[in-house]
Amino acid sequence: MNTVTQSKPESVSRMKTLINKSMSAKPVNFQGEMGATVGSIHADNPRITCRNVNVFYAENHAIQDINLDIGTNEVISLIGPSGCGKSTFLRCLNRMNDTVEGCRVSGEIKIDDVDVYSKHLDVVPLRAQVGMVFQKPNPFPKSIYDNIAYGPKIHGLASTKAELDQIVESSLRKAGLWDEVKDRLDQPGTGLSGGQQQRLCIARTLSVEPEVILMDEPCSALDPIATAKIEQLIDELRQRYTIAIVTHSMQQAARVSQRTAYFHLGKLIEVGKTSDVFTNPLHELTQDYITGRFG
Amino acid sequence: MQTPYLLFTLLILSVLAYFIGKRRSVTVVEGALRELHSLPAYYGYYTALWGLIPALFLMLVWLSFEPTWLAHQTVASLPEEIKSLPSSKLNLQLNNIKNVAAGLQVSQRVDPLIVEAAEHYNRLRKISNFALTLVVLTCSLTGIWLAHKKINKDYRARNVVEKIMTGLMILASTIAIFTTVGIVASVVFESLLFFRQVPFFDFLFGLEWSPQTALRADQVGSSGAFGAVPLFAGTLLISSIALIVAVPIGLMSAIYLSEFAGSKFRSTAKPTLEILAGIPTVVYGFFAALTVAPFIRETGELWGWVVSSESALAAGLVMGIMIIPFVSSLSDDVINAVPQSLRDAAYALGATQAETIKQIILPAALPGIVGSILLAASRAIGETMIVVMAAGLAANLTANPLEAVTTVTVQIVTLLVGDQEFDSPKTLSAFALGLMLFVVTLALNVIALHIVRKYREQYE
Repeated sequence: MNTVTQSKPESVSRMKTLINKSMSAKPVNFQGEMGATVGSIHADNPRITCRNVNVFYAENHAIQDINLDIGTNEVISLIGPSGCGKSTFLRCLNRMNDTVEGCRVSGEIKIDDVDVYSKHLDVVPLRAQVGMVFQKPNPFPKSIYDNIAYGPKIHGLASTKAELDQIVESSLRKAGLWDEVKDRLDQPGTGLSGGQQQRLCIARTLSVEPEVILMDEPCSALDPIATAKIEQLIDELRQRYTIAIVTHSMQQAARVSQRTAYFHLGKLIEVGKTSDVFTNPLHELTQDYITGRFG
Repeated sequence: MQTPYLLFTLLILSVLAYFIGKRRSVTVVEGALRELHSLPAYYGYYTALWGLIPALFLMLVWLSFEPTWLAHQTVASLPEEIKSLPSSKLNLQLNNIKNVAAGLQVSQRVDPLIVEAAEHYNRLRKISNFALTLVVLTCSLTGIWLAHKKINKDYRARNVVEKIMTGLMILASTIAIFTTVGIVASVVFESLLFFRQVPFFDFLFGLEWSPQTALRADQVGSSGAFGAVPLFAGTLLISSIALIVAVPIGLMSAIYLSEFAGSKFRSTAKPTLEILAGIPTVVYGFFAALTVAPFIRETGELWGWVVSSESALAAGLVMGIMIIPFVSSLSDDVINAVPQSLRDAAYALGATQAETIKQIILPAALPGIVGSILLAASRAIGETMIVVMAAGLAANLTANPLEAVTTVTVQIVTLLVGDQEFDSPKTLSAFALGLMLFVVTLALNVIALHIVRKYREQYE
């Protein structure tokens, strides 16, 4: 933590020089007193609040002093060049980083006012509440039915076979996959196409009725048609869930999200309404990235 | 030239040929390497292979026919009275001639006729040897010359070399297959001889094993009994005990090592476990006989049970310890090979570690785990030394692990140790036992494969 506090003024001054160098002098907005992030870190109706989040992989300081709120029924997209820490940040929210050896997290993350990194917190209900969809579709090597039924079974969400069938069907319907697979529920999920597999994984996540869904580049391995289906799905899911999505596609971020956060080298550089960030970025680094000058 | 020297010369020639071919390819295009079809090295390999393979093949054929030809020529030179001897006696004479020719001491006084024949034999061998050297070297040089002549910028040397290499790989892979076929054939052949003397069903279903054959009909204990059931029962008993010990311990340690242990602990614990596999089975044997068996007997006596000093339990327990590393090390590898993405998927659904392991990881790793258990089982079934030392030689038909039993492999060893006649049922029964063992393990493998195919969950 010490190194972090020391680095704050330095990063501010570095940013100032960066801004001074900027060709088109933009108004700089330092809302929220904490650290170097420009734009507003606050959401209207916050469900997740992160304060001073730092992550270390052994000696490597992967993300530094992140402050960010994520609102209810909001899709926030996390963008930035590879290795900037956006996936790491995402994995903090449901403590998936626990499985990485040598990973250390400090700071405060609260979901619905519950401290995620509290010693007393049990990660099992947390992860049921905060679902996650991964970059590469990772269906279990089980049947399509069992892929969806696995979560409800381990959490005891269904007491009868009929209830379980009901959950499976409604999850698959929500993920827009039901019509394609309803006649072959007993076939292995690994036999589906890439886009179908990813929607199966989304359906699996929905089956345990989470409140927050984290998506780590869910479309990076998919073709444009499958991507379009999943983007449409994300838009529909927004009505019921809070969604954070990591993406490398600026267009995707612009299409699906209401707010956008730009990460750079482990720091959160800029947060704002997606329309603002993409049309009128406050920070030079953000502008460079979204106009494709690097990254 | 003697064969090893000839081989060595051939190798040197082909190395030279490599450089000749390579140089030739470069001079043919006057250094403009882009115009060559293949890289210069391929022209080198091409030339070298032409210098080596036909010559080697010729040599092999020559050497395999040489002894027959020599024998034939030597016999032809012998006087009529020896030539007309029956073939077994003729062979004896021929052996004598060969021994004398090789300068070996022959026990009886040597017949001058034989000495003369031996000299003739040696002369013939020299001629043959000289001719072989000449032919092989000529063949090699001709090959190199032909290859050298063929090299031009459009010649596809790489394709030819690749084809030859593929052929060599096919040859290598078939050697193992042919060896297996050969072993099976020889065992089957000897077993058939055995079954001509002992009825097949008496062997398969007989309940008594006492493999002795009488020299005279009126001898005491002349009635040999060749019922294999007690041996297979003993093998099954000891192997089951071993697997009951090894599978749970091995699997649980594999799960601990791959899922729970830190990388530091794992990197020391795994090699340490594998040391177990490096202990010679003889050492396990006397550990079983001197430490475990007496301990079991004394413990049994405390409870008032009758325990023989050599027991199936002692052998099975120690054998179980011996095969733990097969189960744990291989299972650890396959569990580690299950993609992290599957674990992440389960954890992200809120599965506990136990649920993830039981319902996701173990099913995905099942084929490998079954494979490791099979390997351990075949080690247990084939294990001999521990059983000899700790479980004894008595062919009791019993399911009581506290009694002495014996196994198939132990009996095979005892049947073949020492001077034996190779046409008595006693000796031949070893081959029948071997055949049965082979069939049983093959059947086990097939069944296990079937089970794996039915229940496995295939990732990627």
